[in-house]
Amino acid sequence: MGEAIVVTSGKGGVGKSTTSANIGTALAMAGKKVCLLDTDIGLRNLDVLMGLENRIIYDIVDVIEKNCKIEQALIKDKRCEALYLLPAAQTKDKSAINSKQLRWLIAELKEKFDCVVIDCPAGIEMGFKNAVSGADRAIVVTTPENASIRDADRVVGLLEKEKVSRPKLVVNRLRPHLVREGGMMDVDEVVSVLAIDLLGVVPDDEEVIRSGNQGEPIVLHKKSLAAQAYRNIARRIQGEVVPLLVLEKERKFLGRMKRWLGFA
Amino acid sequence: MGKVLRPGVTIKGTKDGLLFLLDESRPFSAILSELKYKLENASNLWDGPDTRVWIKLGNRQITREEEKEMRELFSARKNLIIHSIEAANGKPYLVDNRGIQMLAGTVRSGQVLEHRGDLLLLGDVNPGGNVRSTGSIFVLGALRGLAHAGGEGDESAIIAASSLHPTQLRIAEVVSRPPDEWDESETSGMNFAYLVNGQIAVDKMHQISRIRPDIHEWKDHRFKA
Repeated sequence: MGEAIVVTSGKGGVGKSTTSANIGTALAMAGKKVCLLDTDIGLRNLDVLMGLENRIIYDIVDVIEKNCKIEQALIKDKRCEALYLLPAAQTKDKSAINSKQLRWLIAELKEKFDCVVIDCPAGIEMGFKNAVSGADRAIVVTTPENASIRDADRVVGLLEKEKVSRPKLVVNRLRPHLVREGGMMDVDEVVSVLAIDLLGVVPDDEEVIRSGNQGEPIVLHKKSLAAQAYRNIARRIQGEVVPLLVLEKERKFLGRMKRWLGFA
Repeated sequence: MGKVLRPGVTIKGTKDGLLFLLDESRPFSAILSELKYKLENASNLWDGPDTRVWIKLGNRQITREEEKEMRELFSARKNLIIHSIEAANGKPYLVDNRGIQMLAGTVRSGQVLEHRGDLLLLGDVNPGGNVRSTGSIFVLGALRGLAHAGGEGDESAIIAASSLHPTQLRIAEVVSRPPDEWDESETSGMNFAYLVNGQIAVDKMHQISRIRPDIHEWKDHRFKA
């Protein structure tokens, strides 16, 4: 029996789908059997980010309406052996399924997989409620911006009312140099407002956009700092204790020398 | 000297009936025992035609239990009919709660916490979160959202927080938008907001007993040996 993790944020465009794709891929790389479930019916993107758009035959609504078996709709990933995607429907809307049907689907998937990563639609309406109702755990994604934090806070409040266990936080698109200049909130500030456990911090990285456009989750690229951050998040989900990444490298030998000597 | 001379219960006759003035500075239990004494003795004074009674509490507000106790005392005299119980300045004579109620948890964006009486919140109020109370609001945590004290018109209500950085404050009918109207230096440390001359002002916590004398400053509070 696996567990279902919902990735949600309230606000749109903060990186829910990217986070889902990367966490799912990282978990699969770590040897778990993973299913990515896109519940953003009508606005599906997870298949695009995974580069699997051209393989879709059946989707979530077909499964719910029993037009096909679950196995027929699952798309096996190109790269990872143990990774599958159940895509959303693009031609329907959120009212095509209800929370009872989705709970059934998630329960079925949990039988087959170690981990079901649910990509939640933006907003707090029915699509959100459906996606959340079947989940065991929740990950709230936010960027270090006021508007995003406000929405994340709202979502945390709603999650606390559901039976989902305490949500965990991913701070996405952090720009260390902007934080240093005071133009962006730092992670501590975000965590102190939301008052939930921090699961990880993902730095802002152009590579994430580039790889997303190519349909390759960034975790597959070993070197990127963002990839490292996602891999660490996946390890923390599995219960490992991993220290937070140092997002800014010491730039100069002099800086390292100073710290070593106890200045700065 | 004045203490000895001034009775806790003053009874005045008017042409409509009797006016009971209950001294607000003494504990209510003392007032009740004095009232009991006065009603039970001098019995010939009370026997007579039905008389309407007005009870004035001054600045005191009482609880339902206290009211019940007082009404029981009056019921010993069948001819005394309580017409009204009043506190000064049109305040409701009942306190909604005895003392202050303590609640824990974070009030997040979109959530509303409504409360009757004074509220002690152990936790934060986040931006977009909303705390309303008919009495005062004390936040042991950061107040970053909206707080509305004295929601039913109590202008003596205050709002205090360990970290007072609200998006908006309301006391009774008055609204204040702190970021625009206050200077930044006022919002560091433990502060409280109160109503003065129809405007919300903010001051350091140690000023509270000067600004609100009815919140008694502690002097020699110790357990009796």
